[in-house]
Amino acid sequence: MKQVVEGSHAVAEAVRLARAQVISAYPITPQTHIVERLSEYCADSTLAARFLRVESEHSALAALIGAASCGVRTFTATSSQGLALMHELLHWASAARLPIVMANVNRAMAPGWNIWADQTDSLAQRDTGWIQLYCEHSQEVLDTAIQAFRLGEWLNLPVMVNLDAFFLSHTYEVVDLPKQNVVDRFLPPYQPRFQLDTKDPCAFNQLAPPNIYMEMRHNIQTAMDDALTFFGQMENEFKNTIGRGYGPVEAIECEDAEIIMVTSGTITSTSRQVLSELRKKGEKIGLLKIKLFRPFPVKAMRELTASARKIAVIDRNFSFGASGIFAQEVRAALCNHPGHPMVFGYVAGLGGRDVTTAVIEEIYRLTKESDLPQQESIWVGLHEVEHAVGQS
Amino acid sequence: MVEIRFHGRGGQGTVVATILLAKAFFRDGYYVQSFPLFGVERRGAPVEAYLRFDREEILIRTNVYTPDHVVVLDKTLLDSTDVTLGLKTGGWILINGAELPAYPNSWSPYKLALVDATHIALNTGLGTRTHPIVNTPMLGGLAQVLGMPSMEAIAKAIQSEVPSKPKANIKAAKMAYEQVRVLEPVKHSKSASKRT
Repeated sequence: MKQVVEGSHAVAEAVRLARAQVISAYPITPQTHIVERLSEYCADSTLAARFLRVESEHSALAALIGAASCGVRTFTATSSQGLALMHELLHWASAARLPIVMANVNRAMAPGWNIWADQTDSLAQRDTGWIQLYCEHSQEVLDTAIQAFRLGEWLNLPVMVNLDAFFLSHTYEVVDLPKQNVVDRFLPPYQPRFQLDTKDPCAFNQLAPPNIYMEMRHNIQTAMDDALTFFGQMENEFKNTIGRGYGPVEAIECEDAEIIMVTSGTITSTSRQVLSELRKKGEKIGLLKIKLFRPFPVKAMRELTASARKIAVIDRNFSFGASGIFAQEVRAALCNHPGHPMVFGYVAGLGGRDVTTAVIEEIYRLTKESDLPQQESIWVGLHEVEHAVGQS
Repeated sequence: MVEIRFHGRGGQGTVVATILLAKAFFRDGYYVQSFPLFGVERRGAPVEAYLRFDREEILIRTNVYTPDHVVVLDKTLLDSTDVTLGLKTGGWILINGAELPAYPNSWSPYKLALVDATHIALNTGLGTRTHPIVNTPMLGGLAQVLGMPSMEAIAKAIQSEVPSKPKANIKAAKMAYEQVRVLEPVKHSKSASKRT
């Protein structure tokens, strides 16, 4: 049924519909509405789950690692500093092959203290072995959070569903909530491949000497490779039962595009508007939305950008000393592909600065007017400042 | 697409007003998007919240810079805030008050309306004498001047969303719908003219 729902509550509804069994979280702005709603559902028995209140995000994930090891469906939500505090256990969750699902509300890292949208928090966790997905609107948030359980449980990998602070987490819009029996058909009860069981005692996560550690790591990569195939299969099932699908990447008018804008999160939605306006003016612009970031959809990226001359990647994130992180990934995906387009990197919208239609048009114009990328990243809309630490 | 900006103070129900209005427009067949100014909320501090509605899917996901209309829940904000910032020519300024406050000449491109939402809130028992909650009467007033959404949709949105005193809130919205006054755009002589 279609309803007007806050983005955070779209996550909570997905977790309710997924029948999560253990939820553990520590509140942090702008994620708090997710676990607030879930704690209400646990308190009034709308959701038959155990809600664990803990003293930190580190403990929140530690609790879920314990719960998931016992073979139950688990969920947590966090944001920025909270996610950073989980870092050690992010590795643990993936290497222990536990299908924990997390919603991360993309928020800037401090200092300076900032609660607004920025993807550096989750992208800084890209090497922890979690599947990472980025959402454009609240419907996609709800659908992706349901899909995340299916994906994670099939692959025995944890899944992080990312949504922009405020632009999604605190925005109300129309969302179609699927019925419980329909979600149950798509997502049957979790059947763990292994679990702690007092009747059949065993030990997990013991010493792994050099002769087996590498194989364990290779297994995780094999699961990541499988994820690219299984994602399509999973989405087909989702389409057949629930009626929607997104794809690991989505190409909009890329076939004849000379310049393809590459985006993720809510910037994609605003870019759709820019695309339709510039197309009306005869500009050969295309748009490529990246939803699946880990594993990175290299093959799809190569195929969908093959006919373009230039790619303009918009990053609401940054890796100091290098460039925007999506731009790095796109360059890495294309570099061994003969005749690939040039990759222009742009950084915009850090710390919640608005990425307006004017900003996106400016990025398109800069790309059109440049023959070659001059820098790894061009910072768009940067104000001039008088003093910078470390400059002589 | 229509964009509306609400100006209020923390505790008056400003953000809830945009959510209720979004739900009412949705009931009347619109796509909607509502969100608060993404900041830190404190009781009594100036608050802004926004609503977009359209017959077509709303793609834009940025802040609102050029609203079609503005709603002012607390007229003391007029001393510190330029509520017409970016307001489109011909847009409504709906103010909570019994009397029209002095306003600058720069308001001449706009349409003014006044509703005594504080009085209505006090008479219907919404909030307390020191902190009347004026959001639902403001919605009634807005529905009248815009000619939409329907009062029925507003009543249903309140009924399903307002946990405390839904009947009194619906009554307040209906009273405001009847009592809102549309004012001729008379130019007053306040000198501090701020055009943006």
